[in-house]
Amino acid sequence: MQFVAQTERMTAAPVAGRRRWSRDAVGVILIVAAGVAGYFLFPDSLALLTRIIAVALLVLSLDLIVGYCGVASLGQATLFGAGAYAAGIACVNGVTEPLTLIAIGAVAGAAAGLVMGAIMLRAHGLAQLVLSIAIVQLAHEAANKASAYTGGSDGLAGLFVGPLFGVFEFDLWGQTAYLFGLSLLVAVFIILKFVVSSPFGMLCRGIKEDPIRIRAMGAFVFPVLLKMFVISGAVAGTGGALAAISTQVVGLDSVSFELSANALVMLVLGGLGTLYGALIGTVIFMGFEHVVSAINPFHWMTMVGALLIAVVLAAPGGLSDLLDQISAGKKRNSGGRP
Amino acid sequence: MQTILSIATDAFAYGMALFIICIGLSLTMGLMRVVNLAHGAFAMIAGYIASYAARDLGMGYGVAIFLAIIGTIIISIPLERLLYRRIYGSPELTQVLMTIGITFCVIGITNYFFGPTLKTIPLPEALAEPVDLGFRTIAAHRLFVMACGVAVAFGLWYLIERTTFGTKVRATVDNAAMTDALGVRTQVIYAVSFAIAVGLAAFGGVVAAEFLPIEPYYALRYMVIFLVVVSVGGAGSILGAIAACLVLGAVDTSGRYLMPEFGNFFFYAAVIVIVFMFPRGFFGRAQ
Repeated sequence: MQFVAQTERMTAAPVAGRRRWSRDAVGVILIVAAGVAGYFLFPDSLALLTRIIAVALLVLSLDLIVGYCGVASLGQATLFGAGAYAAGIACVNGVTEPLTLIAIGAVAGAAAGLVMGAIMLRAHGLAQLVLSIAIVQLAHEAANKASAYTGGSDGLAGLFVGPLFGVFEFDLWGQTAYLFGLSLLVAVFIILKFVVSSPFGMLCRGIKEDPIRIRAMGAFVFPVLLKMFVISGAVAGTGGALAAISTQVVGLDSVSFELSANALVMLVLGGLGTLYGALIGTVIFMGFEHVVSAINPFHWMTMVGALLIAVVLAAPGGLSDLLDQISAGKKRNSGGRP
Repeated sequence: MQTILSIATDAFAYGMALFIICIGLSLTMGLMRVVNLAHGAFAMIAGYIASYAARDLGMGYGVAIFLAIIGTIIISIPLERLLYRRIYGSPELTQVLMTIGITFCVIGITNYFFGPTLKTIPLPEALAEPVDLGFRTIAAHRLFVMACGVAVAFGLWYLIERTTFGTKVRATVDNAAMTDALGVRTQVIYAVSFAIAVGLAAFGGVVAAEFLPIEPYYALRYMVIFLVVVSVGGAGSILGAIAACLVLGAVDTSGRYLMPEFGNFFFYAAVIVIVFMFPRGFFGRAQ
């Protein structure tokens, strides 16, 4: 049933190409609108909003691997942390230009993605999941041990980032950081929309559905997936670098199993295989976390657990799929039988 | 030589403690094909029950273990009926999410009732005393854990290889539909195996509490270790689980003895190397 829906969507894509473009344009405008609204509605919690944007980049990168390639990973924070530490170390050593730092983070993330992909793609199923966990734990211990470069468990502090374009200072209220992060997110989102609708993105979806058939058609599976890992690493590294720049601290928690697991939960909550789902899931999860965990962290765990069980049982496609279904149902009601 | 023997005995005790908990998970994953990340949560529930019975109610160690096993199995039955039944045969990602959700709920609820402190399970006098082995003295409790591990391994081997129930279990693993058609009630086999797996988790959680202390985040903290052990050993294989526990226990213990400042570094490095070389685990079945 799900497979049929998937293929329908895939075959429908080229025919309805024009409609999709307009739909994506509306989507991007909505993201910008939501971002600007957040800027004016919550001027006191811009630091939290910037953090949400950084994590949204991480969740987007995870969506590329899990949602589009079907490779389950519980170690995505490795790539996020690689970007964060690379940007942080570069900043401490005198590189203060924000865009350069972001580029350094993206490159470091991509390199980490190359290594991680090369290791993970050797196994399948459970072993793959365990490898991803082992990699993030190993990276965590390594970052902890190399305290001369990373600050160890105290975190890497003392990042002084120069003004953006030499004009806009990173102020105390985080206005520059937030707007910078928002434009970064929108730019990455548009690029990823092109990537996933390209023939390469289609090939990845095909591999997710049936790797054996794709191989029989004459495509090489491993290099395609590795390429997606590198792209995903660059996106996650960008997120890490943004987190480092905006908070001016890089902590050990940026390369942790907990962050990886949370990212996966956010992704599944929002919906796999749609870039919008990644954003929706991140915003809802982190918004709730901010409110509830301030009251009692253990209540928060119970709630997340119940939410996860409910999503698996009631809405296996995530919230964005639920929204799709609701809007499709409305259309059907207003337009009679299809 | 002294150091090597010390490391060897500690590694063996630690490995056996891991084994008692992990073999239950290995059964669930090999037999029912469920990636049960909530396995550690069951061990944690058992630890809390045992601690409550032994420390707060003043019952004996043996009674506490018994109560913990029975109590945990009783708690697990509705979970199996209502939640696990729905994810048999689902993709791994679904199972992972569902069981992580269960783990979070268990952590939140137990801490709501018992408070966020470390729980100890007082040992009886006989197990707390040191025993002289000739080259060093060792806590009697460690010998007890080793004996339990060997007993569990032998008991399971006997159950699966030598009894009618074991034959039915193996048949169900190989081809559930065909076994069903032959008149074996596979649903019952699944339910009983799940109960056995949970019971082993409970037993291991209490007995191994000296190695893996019972604390609020127990279920999350050791979840990764349990999953790693099963994946390294190969799901469903007793021999594989023993081998994985002994190898990983040895790596972890010697890492802690010789280079304590590196923490878990060598443990996870070994895991990556082993999984890279044996993607299906030491004794995993080809799928």
